[in-house]
Amino acid sequence: MSHAIRLEQLKKTYANGTEALKGIDLQVEQGDFFALLGPNGAGKSTAIGILSSLVRKTSGRVEVFGHDLDREPQEVKRHIGLVPQDFNFNQWEPVEEIIINQAGYYGIPRRQAYGKTKRVLKELDLWGKRRAQARSLSGGMKRRLMIARALVHEPPLMILDEPTAGVDIEIRRSMWAFMEEINRAGTTIILTTHYLEEAENLCRSIAIIDDGRIVENSSMQALLHRLHRQAFLLTLRQPIQTLPGDAPVRLRIQDEYTLEAVLEQEQTLNSLFGWLNAQGMEVLSMRNKQNRLEQFFLDRVRKKKAEAA
Amino acid sequence: MSNWQRYRIAYFTIVIKEVLRFARIWVQTILPSAIMTSLYFLIFGALIGERIGEMDGYSYQSFIVPGLILMAVITNSYANTVSSFFQAKYQRHVEELIIAPVPNWIILGGYVTGGVARGLVVGAVVTGVTLYFANVGVKHPLLTILVVVLTSILFSLAGFINAVFAKSFDDISIIPTFVLTPLTYLGGVFYSISLLPAFWQKLSLANPVLYMINAFRYGILGVSDIRPETALLLIVGFILVLGSVALWLLHKGVGIKN
Repeated sequence: MSHAIRLEQLKKTYANGTEALKGIDLQVEQGDFFALLGPNGAGKSTAIGILSSLVRKTSGRVEVFGHDLDREPQEVKRHIGLVPQDFNFNQWEPVEEIIINQAGYYGIPRRQAYGKTKRVLKELDLWGKRRAQARSLSGGMKRRLMIARALVHEPPLMILDEPTAGVDIEIRRSMWAFMEEINRAGTTIILTTHYLEEAENLCRSIAIIDDGRIVENSSMQALLHRLHRQAFLLTLRQPIQTLPGDAPVRLRIQDEYTLEAVLEQEQTLNSLFGWLNAQGMEVLSMRNKQNRLEQFFLDRVRKKKAEAA
Repeated sequence: MSNWQRYRIAYFTIVIKEVLRFARIWVQTILPSAIMTSLYFLIFGALIGERIGEMDGYSYQSFIVPGLILMAVITNSYANTVSSFFQAKYQRHVEELIIAPVPNWIILGGYVTGGVARGLVVGAVVTGVTLYFANVGVKHPLLTILVVVLTSILFSLAGFINAVFAKSFDDISIIPTFVLTPLTYLGGVFYSISLLPAFWQKLSLANPVLYMINAFRYGILGVSDIRPETALLLIVGFILVLGSVALWLLHKGVGIKN
């Protein structure tokens, strides 16, 4: 039993006839940090909803840590901690009570629940707010509260549905560090996000879902290796008006101090810098024009739309 | 730890959460019934009651005591589950329970116990108020307790079902305003149906609340328009039907799952 999740021919058709999932097969290994990406309406939230019992599947099979959702729903639930996209706690309840109650729903005795609550609230830097009503927390704190709530029963699988949406960069980075820490400790993580940089930095495996189907499923490393093209922006010391025609890579003047360089898979930065040196052009800084994964994601979705058209 | 131990902990978690919820807002949940009962006694008991004279061998003030207590129990049991479960749906924190390994019957049991707790607390407060106005003993204590608890369970279940179907705050006030209040007022809180013409007496027998109020009145005063056994059977029958409906709705995920 090395799979945290195994989905087989999972289908979901809503009452209005919308086919949200058209038979997806997916496996997530235990201990993995897995990115589930896709455009809005692709079926990510439906898949997560089925896994967490919030949505009823139409057909197919769901297995979590070897437990079948149809035959052992309570066992499946016990293995999952869910951080949903939208705030779904009682806004009028104190922070501490929300966590203690959640522990109680998982059968954790109240005395133990106090200890576990203290631990997760401290880990997520919310201990000072334990007696505050949830509605009085900032957006970032509310997100952390949902993570603390999902962690209190120590699930081996955490599903995080856009956990960093709308939080500032400082909190986002601290949440990344926290997610990496719990993953290192052995928790399998499934992450959906619209920040593809987040997926690239954190996740080891990736699946892209579009129009109810899995269109890509591989390790992050293998996928990034397959990317054909990367674009960089170079900031120059001296202004430039025209470009010589013999550049080893595709170049474009973006403004008089900025060059855009597009490298195909077989081209190297060495050849570009060798050529720039030969031209006497000094480069002050360089950055990716677009996240590599973002480019791949957009290419995939556009290709799909073009095929459909 | 066995599943039963886990379920027991989950059940008490829901109950504690529910009790804390209504206790925290006691000015909205407990105080209004005490004030309303005092007003009823002042107007119907002290001012008008003295002119009405006796009813079924008791002063009018004493006659209305059981009805007023049970009316408070009914409205508060219903109000607690309907508002609490609807808010859980509205704020989506019902999802905390759906994703957790808590069976539907524990969820229902927890919410219903919360409703019964509020019904009984308010019933006790209203009883305290009535003792200030009328000196009434209890003829059949066990029957009195049985009727009040069963009636509270029944209306907590009804409130839960209302909340499952409710889509807006309007939907949780329609049934109490247009169904529950008329049935309670016409259920013999303030009168014996023997005062009514034959046709209205027969029509009153179709009102289930009449059975509950009369069974409760029998428990306290020893007088009733209805046989208490019939009333108890009816209440238990309704509990079984509404309980089954509520469990089926939870199983199907009506109003809470896609």
